[in-house]
Amino acid sequence: MGQYLRVEWRASVGLIGAVLLYLTLPLLFPLALAVLYGEPVLPFLVPMAVTLGIGGGLRTLADIEEDVGPREAFLAVATIWLLVAAIGALPFLVAGNGTIAQPVNAMFEAMSGLTTTGATVIGDFDAHSQSVLMWRQLLQWLGGLGILILVTAVLSEIGVGGAQLMETETQSQSSNRLTPRISETAQLIWGLYLGLTVLVVAVLAGMHYLGPVVGVELAPNMNLYNAVAHALTSISTAGFSPEARSIEAFSAAVQWVLVPVMLLGSTSFVLIYFAIQGAPMRLLRSEEFRFYIGVFVLFTATSAALLVGTQELDMGLHDTVRHAAFNVASILTTTGYASQDFTNWPNAGQNVLFAAMFVGGMVGSTTCSIKSLRWLVVLKSFRRDLFTAIHPNAVRPVRVSGNSVDEETIRDIYGYVLLSIVIFFLLTLFIVIDGARSGVDPTEFEAMGAAASTVLNIGPAFGRAGPMNNYLVFPESTRAVMVVLMWLGRIEIVPVLVLFTPSFWRS
Amino acid sequence: MVTVQVVVIGAGEVGTSIAADLASDHDVVVVDIDESRVEEIKYDIDVLTLVGDGTKSSVLTKAGAVEADMLIASTDDDKTNLVICGTAETIGDPFKIARVKSAEYQRTWEQTGEAFDADFVICANLQAAGTIVDVIGLPSAVEVSSFVGGLVQMAEFDITEGSPITGQTVAEADRFDSLTFAALFRDDDLVLPRGSTIIKADDRMVVIGRPESVQGFAQQIAPVATPDRGDDIVIIGGGEIGYHTARMLEAREFSPKLIEQDSDRARALAEDLPETLVMNHDPTDTGFLRRERLDEANVLVSALDSDENNMLVSVLAKRIGAERVISLVDRSDYVQLFQEIGIDAAVSPRDVTAEEIIRFTREKVAENIAVLEGGKAEVLELELDADSEFVGRSIRDIDESVDSDVVFGAVSRRGTEVVPRGDTVLERGDNVVIFVESEFVDEMLAMG
Repeated sequence: MGQYLRVEWRASVGLIGAVLLYLTLPLLFPLALAVLYGEPVLPFLVPMAVTLGIGGGLRTLADIEEDVGPREAFLAVATIWLLVAAIGALPFLVAGNGTIAQPVNAMFEAMSGLTTTGATVIGDFDAHSQSVLMWRQLLQWLGGLGILILVTAVLSEIGVGGAQLMETETQSQSSNRLTPRISETAQLIWGLYLGLTVLVVAVLAGMHYLGPVVGVELAPNMNLYNAVAHALTSISTAGFSPEARSIEAFSAAVQWVLVPVMLLGSTSFVLIYFAIQGAPMRLLRSEEFRFYIGVFVLFTATSAALLVGTQELDMGLHDTVRHAAFNVASILTTTGYASQDFTNWPNAGQNVLFAAMFVGGMVGSTTCSIKSLRWLVVLKSFRRDLFTAIHPNAVRPVRVSGNSVDEETIRDIYGYVLLSIVIFFLLTLFIVIDGARSGVDPTEFEAMGAAASTVLNIGPAFGRAGPMNNYLVFPESTRAVMVVLMWLGRIEIVPVLVLFTPSFWRS
Repeated sequence: MVTVQVVVIGAGEVGTSIAADLASDHDVVVVDIDESRVEEIKYDIDVLTLVGDGTKSSVLTKAGAVEADMLIASTDDDKTNLVICGTAETIGDPFKIARVKSAEYQRTWEQTGEAFDADFVICANLQAAGTIVDVIGLPSAVEVSSFVGGLVQMAEFDITEGSPITGQTVAEADRFDSLTFAALFRDDDLVLPRGSTIIKADDRMVVIGRPESVQGFAQQIAPVATPDRGDDIVIIGGGEIGYHTARMLEAREFSPKLIEQDSDRARALAEDLPETLVMNHDPTDTGFLRRERLDEANVLVSALDSDENNMLVSVLAKRIGAERVISLVDRSDYVQLFQEIGIDAAVSPRDVTAEEIIRFTREKVAENIAVLEGGKAEVLELELDADSEFVGRSIRDIDESVDSDVVFGAVSRRGTEVVPRGDTVLERGDNVVIFVESEFVDEMLAMG
């Protein structure tokens, strides 16, 4: 059937092989930690052998003469995310401790990590070694900005194909190029990502170690290990924490510092780059940025107002504002940390967080979910439709930051938003049915929360799957489906779905 | 007046009317590639004629471009006109004027003022749009002229008894950024306004400044006649002139409506004009006009491609009740006809272009751009070169060193306007618009 297959799979395979080979490098970090702490090193040596073996093998199959076209990019992107997650699960399996030694759970944890979801199936955090817990954090950091941007930055051989890959990964036509060469743009953005991460490590560790020097315990629990672990998952808006109590385990000062870090991770990296280059006005002129910050302020104010009126929580004004701002930022940016167990919030407050799940940060950042730009276009085009209802002959382009959006893009955005919401409802339905079958009987809010949280890559849900709990409450079959949907959601649905259309494989 | 030698290339409507106007005072040579047209012109006006391709060096030499003072490239083709300027540059040193239709070329030239080897590029579409916008926006002005490529405008207004600024001092009335009160004419005398000068009824006020400031001033002194932001301005036809009209209206803070029949063009216009409501429909459909309340328009501009359509739309607009109707007219001999059937104003792009070139040519000879009130005062536009005595001095310093009263109306520097204040230091390459009493013109010219 070879001649009927119209996808130049050899081009994709070559890429996949290269990515796996490079995956050996990040595995060195937890390996070094394991050596340092005297923990088992096998959990990292095995996956390293696998990446070198399979990666090298695929490279020999590869045909680098073939161009990476749209189909090859779809195939490569979808496969790479799946394979990297599978290899990411190996350390959990080999270590063989706790709940994640079980294959579905290991895959769930790794996929949740790589897709920066942050939902966990770890029952007991003490059962795991420091190095394995750090591997979880590192997986999130690698997935944060998108693996394919990293690949484009590293692999010069991809050349023009890199643009194709980055666009496929983020489903946006205009990956804002900073330089004429796409690989240079990717390098700049990754350099920025790395720089911001180092900065966060420095700030968090600095608070811990310098605080006592001036006589204030600013961040008692935030040692260097925790500083690195949380820098890796905050700027990447990912949400894993080696602490079972998430950010509740840290001081109010740490919580305050992490709010702008999460918001920054959700801001377009291209605009951050321009801001650093001395054009901060470009950021303020961006309507998407203003919209996203506006949503943050509005949701924070609303939940703070709802919390203030609640006697049971018994918080002062400062605590109320902090917890409202932190948890709204965490959910809105799709990070998934929690500064307290928000399942104890009044229902109305929890519903605000649920609504925030669907918004997301800016396009071109580490955020997931539907993203502010899409909502902005949907709202503006809806307002336009109201106007043309009165003036049927009026020609009114939808403008974002002064640039008009073409009608085809608007249709694509409507389609994407609708598709996300349909998938969310189908997953909710599945969780409810599967739960009823297995006797878990999730409530509607638990099911909806978990569905939104996984397909939109956020992390914690509500009820029994709340931030201080885990997803073990759901039956194994549900967890397996969630693995697929986290994968689907992270690469914005389309690259996975097209693989399942017959016409993708034929002419 | 000094007699100068002028070569006009292109004997179309524009070229012919320029030649006819200049022929009485100057030595004019007309060149055209079309023999029959040259024949015709030879008997109509008293000029020397030549048949040939003006882009060729040999033809230009034969026409006398080597020793000519001025060369006007006025064929119907933009590129031909620009090539003519380039060719002329190689053989002599006349002042070269090119007429273009595309605003793009005009803007390119404006960047440096030297592109295409042209000394002056005039865009017919921009000129027509500018005229329409002045007719719409400044009905109360006695006279309006534009300098420095439309960046600066000068307008004269009659102050009436009921005007809100009557009785105020100049300082009180000066509420606009970048607007200079250049002069007052009172009982046939020229008064150069100071901050304490009191404005009286029947004064004639001359202001110089950015078009939006002039618009704001007109709004202030004649609120009834001058359209404001809430007024309905409708442009029919989204061709080049319609587009530039809408764009210039937007710059003056109006929000016009623009009707264009072609859907792709309508979309492109809507993308370019954020403040304009673009509609895509047949403009001759009265049902549509009524449905969109266009019959209640305060001003309606018909800017379609053909005279027939413009006439149809204009008559229709008048009939259904538009307050003021302005129409574009392609053939200049129809201007009269349009006005006779009750159209409030008819603007011919060829006419306004020819007028502008003639005005510019005359000014080039006399080195001023406008003479006011029967020669009492003149407005000069000077480009400061390295030899100018003004360079490196502040306006206050210059003002104190000359005997006469002189007003710096506007200073434009590298394509943007600098508001002239006492401490503004002039730089090389600045374009300055100076308002000065006639008897001191020579002194100013010698210094500048």
